[in-house]
Amino acid sequence: MANKNRSQTIIQTVEPVYKNNKSFWEIVKTNKVLLLMLLPAVIYVIIFSYIPMGGIIIAFKNYNYTDGIFKSPWVGLDNFKYLIISNKLWPLTRNTILYNLAFIFFGLICQVGIAILLSEINAKYFKQFSQSAILLPFFISWVVVSSIMLNIFGYENGVLNNILKSIGWKPVDIYGNADTWPVIMILLNLWKNTGYGSVIYLAAITNIDQQLYEAADIDGATIWQKISNITIPCLYPTMIIMVLLALGQIFRGDFGMFYQIVKNNQVLLSVADIIDTFVYRSLISSPDIGMSAAAGLYQSVMGFITVMLANYTVKKVQPDYSLF
Amino acid sequence: MGKVTYMPSSSKRKSRNSIDRIIFNTIAYAAITIFALACVTPFYLIIVGSFTDEGTIVREGYSFYIRNFSLEGYKLVLKNPTSILRAYGVTILVTGVGTFLAVMLTVMTGYVLSRKDFPWRNGFSFFFFFTTLFNGGLVPWYLLCSKILNFNDHIYGLILPTMFSVWNVIIAKNFIKSIPFEIVESAKIDGANDFSIFIKLIFPLSMPLIATLGLFTALNYWNDWYHCMLFIKDRNLYTLQYYLQDILNSADALKRVAEKTNLDIKMLPRESMKMAMTVIATGPIILLYPFLQKYFVKGLTIGAIKG
Repeated sequence: MANKNRSQTIIQTVEPVYKNNKSFWEIVKTNKVLLLMLLPAVIYVIIFSYIPMGGIIIAFKNYNYTDGIFKSPWVGLDNFKYLIISNKLWPLTRNTILYNLAFIFFGLICQVGIAILLSEINAKYFKQFSQSAILLPFFISWVVVSSIMLNIFGYENGVLNNILKSIGWKPVDIYGNADTWPVIMILLNLWKNTGYGSVIYLAAITNIDQQLYEAADIDGATIWQKISNITIPCLYPTMIIMVLLALGQIFRGDFGMFYQIVKNNQVLLSVADIIDTFVYRSLISSPDIGMSAAAGLYQSVMGFITVMLANYTVKKVQPDYSLF
Repeated sequence: MGKVTYMPSSSKRKSRNSIDRIIFNTIAYAAITIFALACVTPFYLIIVGSFTDEGTIVREGYSFYIRNFSLEGYKLVLKNPTSILRAYGVTILVTGVGTFLAVMLTVMTGYVLSRKDFPWRNGFSFFFFFTTLFNGGLVPWYLLCSKILNFNDHIYGLILPTMFSVWNVIIAKNFIKSIPFEIVESAKIDGANDFSIFIKLIFPLSMPLIATLGLFTALNYWNDWYHCMLFIKDRNLYTLQYYLQDILNSADALKRVAEKTNLDIKMLPRESMKMAMTVIATGPIILLYPFLQKYFVKGLTIGAIKG
């Protein structure tokens, strides 16, 4: 008992508790330099995040440039009604969510798979080179990817059709056929982001206690048994957190990808239009600004709800990793 | 006796294990090789395309090897190099200035929020963090930047929007927290003020953090076409990526190239020029990549999950 008390006093002397029963102005005075250092970021966030939050009133107005934000007439929920009646909201939501779910699901499999395979490879240079290669697509912009798509999948000149023609098959018109696009988008997403994700899982694998593997070796476990009974279970916490965080962002689409790859191809828009691209396209065609703001607000609110749900779940599963 | 019966089964098990290992290694090397090739080949194809004669591309399409070597594409892009050099200049300027400001701002903010003796740190942390949970959406933000702050055709329209990210502040805060707080305390006893503690003590100790944040931010600036698309109409202020997008997508851009180089638009080696432009826009990243990659991998693990 005495021992416990002593250790408590030691902790208290080592980590002084900073009490703040000072008045407001005293705190400002003692921390004026720190507050000044915080000022630029505070101003930035007020201007670029908090003031636009007030701008959500545009969603309830018939915005036009001449009247501006405050003088444009109120229209209540008309913008939202129009979004629903014109049957836009549901396909956009469906596309955004389904694509994101597919990206999360297949992304998880590929990232964990590649990380496990890489971790078991002993050839140093092969490992280095292949890791560099896999991470390379992460470094380029979607504009460059769109150029690559043109090179490979272009109808007239693309490498793919070139090969198909040379073996006597019929060329495929990928840009004119909406059915294959979900698959193409998923493959593109995997191509670009697998490297990034696998680095995170690879780091988690190197943190696994080596003694577990040594013990398994003594017991004569096969490589498959070691992977399925040690590596994968040890990765569960990381996987759960990564998936939950991604689920929290499920209403946010990858604007760069969908905008640059699909562009304004009307054939593809039915299967490859997401909330983000819709908001942008309605924004630049000025009569639709109110509707664009309404779709944006809908996305923000749904995003807020999903993040809160995801965080609540993380807190239940693994309180250390929760966002707040 | 028990030992004798045990030994054969053990060696059998070992041989089974080594067979499993061989099977596993075959799968692992094959899968990794295929995926790595799939990641690199498109870049190779772009380079091949950029060196192929235009007539060959139009007649036979892009292919896996250079059939009729030609520098036409590059010649055309470089024939009137002012616009591409300007795009390079704008991109380098934006990347340099933007990265410097962003890293200073991020590390400074992260430092204040990491100070245990700053009583309002939790309040301010939430003030920043809330913006990642909820936002006003694109429209109000765009109208503010474009109509009120007048980002249109100004270089700060390319610098400011990417300058501050709350996630980076959180990474910075967590990193600086790991620096022993006694350093700050003893410096305060010696009479140093909080800003000089930051500049003279915290900043030098945060070099791994700064390298990581700098790399991420610089990459974002270099690859940015979005803010250029939103705010910039003046061709003299196009960033490299947006310039590339313009060449890839608009017939207008091709027309302008034709006018500048006094070529008939039908005679333009469009396809090889597009590929050459892609190579020129991606070149610096690919060249720097081998040197930057290891810092990048380290950096991903600094901030990745800790969030």
